[in-house]
Amino acid sequence: MRISCPICGERDRREFYYVGDAVALNRPAADAGPEAWDDYLHNRDNLAGETRDLWYHESGCAAWVVVTRNTVTHEVYHTELASDVREAQP
Amino acid sequence: MRIEGKGQIDRTRPVSFTFDGHRYQGFAGDTLASALLANDIRLMGRSFKYHRPRGVLTAGSEEPNALVTTGLGPAQEPNVRATTLELHEGLIARSQNRWPSLDWDVMAVNDLAAPFLGAGFYYKTFMWPRKFWEAVYEPVIRNAAGLGALSGEAITEKYERAWAHCDLLVIGAGPAGLMAAQVAAEAGADVILVDEDTRPGGRLNAETLEVDGMPGADWAADLADDLAALPNVRIMARTTVTGAYDGGTYGALERIAPDMAMRPGAPLACFWRIVAKRCILAAGALERPVAFQNNDRPGIMMASAVRAYLNRWDVVPGRNVAVFGNTDDAHRTAADLIAAGVHVSALIDARHHSTTDLDVPFYAGAQVSDATGRKGLEAITISRASGQDKVQADCLAMSGGWNPSVHLTCHMNGRPAWNRDIAAFTPTEGAIPGMVTAGACQGDFSTRACLEAGARAAAEVLEGFGLTLPHVEIPKAEDSAYDITPLWAVPGKGRAWLDFQNDVTVKDVKQAATENFRSVEHMKRYTTQGMATDQGKSSNVVALAVLADATGRGIPETGTTTFRPPYVPVPIAAMGSGAQGKGFAPERFTTSHAASKERGAPMIEAGLWYRPSYFPQPGETHWRQSCDREVNMVRNTVGVADVSTLGKIDIQGPDAAALLDLVYTNMMSTLKVGRVRYGLMLREDGHVMDDGTCARLGEAHYLITTTTAAAGQVMRHLEFVHQCLVPHLDVRFISVTEQWAQFAIAGPKSRALLDDLLDAPVGDLPFMGYGDVTVDEVAARLFRISFSGEHAYELAVPACYGDALFRELLTRAEALGGGPYGMEALNVLRIEKGFITHAEIHGRVTAGDIGMARMISAKKDCIGKAAAARPGLVEEGREQLVGLTPVGAVKELTSGAHLFNQGEEAVRVNDQGYITSVGFSPTFGCFLGLGFLKDGLSRHGEVLRMVDHLRGVETLVKVQDPVQFDPDGGRVRD
Amino acid sequence: MGFSGWRVLKEGLTGNRGWGAHWRDAAPKDAYDVVIIGGGGHGLATAYYLAKNHGITNVAVLEKGYLGGGNVGRNTTIVRANYFLPGNSEFYSHSLKLWEGMEADLNYNVMHSQRGQISLFHSDGQRDAAVRRGNAIINQGDDAELLGRADLKRMLPYLDFDSARFPIHGGILQRRAGTARHDAVAWGYARGASDRGVDLIQNCEVTGIDIEGGAVKGVQTTRGAIRAKKVAIIVAGRSGQVAAMAGMRLPIESHVLQAFVTEGLKPCIDHVVSFGMGHFYISQSDKGGLVFGGDLDFYASYAARGNLPMMEHVMEAGMTLMPMIGKARVLRSWGGIMDMTPDGSPIIDKTDTDGLYIDCGWCYGGFKAVPGSGWSMAHLVATDTHHEPAARFRLDRFRTGRGLMDEEGTGSQHNLH
Repeated sequence: MRISCPICGERDRREFYYVGDAVALNRPAADAGPEAWDDYLHNRDNLAGETRDLWYHESGCAAWVVVTRNTVTHEVYHTELASDVREAQP
Repeated sequence: MRIEGKGQIDRTRPVSFTFDGHRYQGFAGDTLASALLANDIRLMGRSFKYHRPRGVLTAGSEEPNALVTTGLGPAQEPNVRATTLELHEGLIARSQNRWPSLDWDVMAVNDLAAPFLGAGFYYKTFMWPRKFWEAVYEPVIRNAAGLGALSGEAITEKYERAWAHCDLLVIGAGPAGLMAAQVAAEAGADVILVDEDTRPGGRLNAETLEVDGMPGADWAADLADDLAALPNVRIMARTTVTGAYDGGTYGALERIAPDMAMRPGAPLACFWRIVAKRCILAAGALERPVAFQNNDRPGIMMASAVRAYLNRWDVVPGRNVAVFGNTDDAHRTAADLIAAGVHVSALIDARHHSTTDLDVPFYAGAQVSDATGRKGLEAITISRASGQDKVQADCLAMSGGWNPSVHLTCHMNGRPAWNRDIAAFTPTEGAIPGMVTAGACQGDFSTRACLEAGARAAAEVLEGFGLTLPHVEIPKAEDSAYDITPLWAVPGKGRAWLDFQNDVTVKDVKQAATENFRSVEHMKRYTTQGMATDQGKSSNVVALAVLADATGRGIPETGTTTFRPPYVPVPIAAMGSGAQGKGFAPERFTTSHAASKERGAPMIEAGLWYRPSYFPQPGETHWRQSCDREVNMVRNTVGVADVSTLGKIDIQGPDAAALLDLVYTNMMSTLKVGRVRYGLMLREDGHVMDDGTCARLGEAHYLITTTTAAAGQVMRHLEFVHQCLVPHLDVRFISVTEQWAQFAIAGPKSRALLDDLLDAPVGDLPFMGYGDVTVDEVAARLFRISFSGEHAYELAVPACYGDALFRELLTRAEALGGGPYGMEALNVLRIEKGFITHAEIHGRVTAGDIGMARMISAKKDCIGKAAAARPGLVEEGREQLVGLTPVGAVKELTSGAHLFNQGEEAVRVNDQGYITSVGFSPTFGCFLGLGFLKDGLSRHGEVLRMVDHLRGVETLVKVQDPVQFDPDGGRVRD
Repeated sequence: MGFSGWRVLKEGLTGNRGWGAHWRDAAPKDAYDVVIIGGGGHGLATAYYLAKNHGITNVAVLEKGYLGGGNVGRNTTIVRANYFLPGNSEFYSHSLKLWEGMEADLNYNVMHSQRGQISLFHSDGQRDAAVRRGNAIINQGDDAELLGRADLKRMLPYLDFDSARFPIHGGILQRRAGTARHDAVAWGYARGASDRGVDLIQNCEVTGIDIEGGAVKGVQTTRGAIRAKKVAIIVAGRSGQVAAMAGMRLPIESHVLQAFVTEGLKPCIDHVVSFGMGHFYISQSDKGGLVFGGDLDFYASYAARGNLPMMEHVMEAGMTLMPMIGKARVLRSWGGIMDMTPDGSPIIDKTDTDGLYIDCGWCYGGFKAVPGSGWSMAHLVATDTHHEPAARFRLDRFRTGRGLMDEEGTGSQHNLH
């Protein structure tokens, strides 16, 4: 599998560390309540198909990258810097 | 028998080798199989289950029968295909899976018991008595099974791995692949052309066909030479693409030519990771056998193999050869044999409409239905409507048609489609992103069609690259039509083999269907069809057809099993090359490593680092003596320890404090410049991730430390929190673990040592203070922190000065009656003081469990705070950190022991806790331990049972505060 | 039809004409008492124990492909009971006991081979953690032994004791651990369930779950609607999709785990050997292939196939630990879809929908759990009460934080295991 780091370009998957669903970007407020935190930490759509997840270019530039890809075919559609995605959110 | 001919062996270079201890001669260019056939050796192996005598079936990597063991000692290599093993001087080959000899194999008795050993028989028996499975049945089965043997010794030969990148990867250098490579190369694309064989050409090397008016093999060699001369083409011979993976990545195994591999330092093989923008698969096709009674007799082989041995290696596998097939290939085979002067005793074509001009006994619409000759074919039975004929033959060339090599197209879950015209599966387009198929692997079976398909595939790829298609003439070549009448299994009573190696017969497949193993996957798993070393390359489609027939379905509805990587088996040593011994993981050395070794310190692993265990002194015979001395030394004078392995992260920026407040449970924004604070980090799941110190070097400048084990994890975590959660914070950080060498100087005389060493005295640096200092005018950092409970410092210098500083510190410490201390003493010191390591913060503990609930600041949010408030993490009944000391008859504590209330049995339901760290404390003259105990914070003073079943140690322990040394902390502050 | 050595002998002498189907292929009926979604090891075992232990035989097992085609047919066949946290400990202990009686119970030789499993450790710290685990195993009533280097040199002489990157200090041996023939387990339970009246329906994919008024009413399938009083979801890696049909989101991510087998070899590895430091484990099948595996590929996936990085890493681990396997050739690699929970431990629980039950989250350890899971799930479905050894496998433990079972200590968060 090859992933395009928005900073470094296309690299082999082994340069990246994986952390899972990009829902991790949407950290609830401290007082959001147990359900919100349960959803944030544990519950997943776990889609068979297009998904967005977070990868860390650990053996490269240390960028966290949101990767839009397919969990059935492993096709990578699109990558963007996690910081850009986060900043674009309210 | 060798004949004179125009083959491709080098008659000027005879090569001698041994097989089963006998010496034979062949020529350079031979394979072991061709050389054995040239020496009239037909019996080359034994089958897996029935130990049936077997000869060579094929001339390629798909060979199921002729497997041998080569080499001696650590070089011993089992299951080598004789068909691809290049003959080389000194080759030692042995047959396998037989005892005492290939000729007389005791286990052949299994063949007589075959009625009881059919498909899946073992699921129905060997169940009684129960204990007999491990004691009797399984050992017998294990010893009878298997093929060759490993030597049992660590390998000593070298293997390598490498990367390659290209625009276009062409897999297969037959006519289609060569043509594709030529077109792409002339357009300027960066091309890698790989082929499994030692020379390009594919089937052209094995046929008498002409291309462009010259022998096909010569055409291929000339074109390959021309291509190899181009700067944008790499040709890799002896290289098999083993797997197609995501992102245009292909695995490939390159076997190094024997004469090259024998050079000093050369590897035997290299495993390549080839990254290609596009790929053209031109992998050709594999001929399939026909199932008929006793079709496994030595001497029965694929017609394509007979032609290969004849045309390429100048070997005729028999003196009296019969040919049996259902396509024109049978006729081609007979013609080649006759042209070479070999007697053809029969040409049997299953097609009723077939005719021949050849001067041979010809049987149209007939089938071979039996074969005799246990260790070598003697005669065949030919069946046709009018009756049966028995014909003498010592070799039968058999052809059931061709299966396109679709394997790689299935590696990403693609399913091939049934093509009725050629009675075979062909690849589904797009099954591998970026791959196009060309030539025989997509069902083009004439040479001309392959050449055209190769050029066409290249054109398609070039268009995608935006390159101009060059004009390349398609050479003249035969273009005969493929006319097949499907023939899978010849009706008959006896056993007809499908999977030769695993001894799966037509009967087995039918039996499986009867027993409701009707799914092709069930059939495979129940009969082991296709699970031998050849992965069913030649047999799967035939078996599938038999299953389809047995279940009354068509072949497409029956479906196929999945071809999985690797296409050919790959040595573990090749894919794991470089990892043997120390190569598995990086080794990290501190700057004091050499000096520590010079002092005889045993170095032990701490993650990837090496750290000194203890520093033995003359007369010390046991590590405990050294450890006790070093502990006393720190408590009474001064000790020096390298603590550089702790992670160090330099954090700068106006928002550095805000970031730290988010990742630490406690407040770091209130830390004053020049001060250090202990900090605790949680994972977002509310459990402790790591602890360490945080020093504020400047208003917008912090330096934090992590534990050795968690350094990478903390760095990743900080990056995550910053980039993914709070990217608006203006802060930057970098790991400086390796940039700074850092030493603990601990003990009552530590200050005296430093006052003398530093360019200026320590002055009034308070406990948990930080100061910039210089050592011999080298800028250094001084932290007054302690992991021992003593008045102590940590002094950090740029790593290049580490070695010198360490030696200097030791000299000065020794002058004060101190010296170096290692990990053992460090551990005892911290246990005495109740300090935790990852033995305690093992991933399942909360801040509350280690008595630090109050470190979670109520004034701010932090990572893990919400989850840490979940009821299950704060309720009563959790295991909490306690100190322990033995009070029973046995004065020892053992780490990993469990705790029970006195009078209760040591079973799970009574479990109260466990011990995480122990050490003998010379300070207290007894063992001290740390551990976790249910509601332990409120149980100080209780006496419990400690039980270590594994070590056979049991005693009574007293529960106490974890901090047993200097609980008021006076010594660190003095 | 009973299986035995006598029977094999008799059939062999009479042309093997007497063998029949191991299980009936059934067409779906309109309604069942219990519909089990998923014909893998856990689903088939659940059906078997529903029939055998609870007399509930009006049961259908719906399988979208072929029986046993999921993880039960793709794993590395290791059977052990060496967990140490309460919850896991008693469950796997119970499961191992069922393994020990499985062949007699099912009259099917699953080749359960208690050849012993050795987990290696490489530092004092790892030894202490291993001893803690070993003591917990003994506290549970199962077996564990501490091995030193001398023991290991005798038992596993092929390990690299001199120059491996992580020096071998010792190991924990569980003698009752071992391997089994994975496919046979599925087939044996299928036969046992079918014989007791359970309908096994292959090529029948569930496309919807019918819920009315908070209670389950049945399922929609590619072979029509089927009414059911109770529905059990036992679909491993596909749990997320099937649960979504009931409007549920699960604490599960599906990942790919690869496994590997070499060409057949004469006996050379007699135990199951686990090299935790390198995420590597290996055993040798009765057929002679070395069966081994490593860690997850580490990305959410439903592809049931892996990639080279992890494959090479696994080979590297093998080479540093036991370099005598270098000449063994990898014959086949494959992947399974692992239903990973945050804490690495499974779920056997009711759902918020009446009559809807779920058994999932087996991560990469589901094979050894097959009998225990079937037994406990059948108990739950039949009685609506949790079977004691599986009582901690609750769906809500992540929300409440109660009874988390993070054996590895890497965190009760996704993708840390």
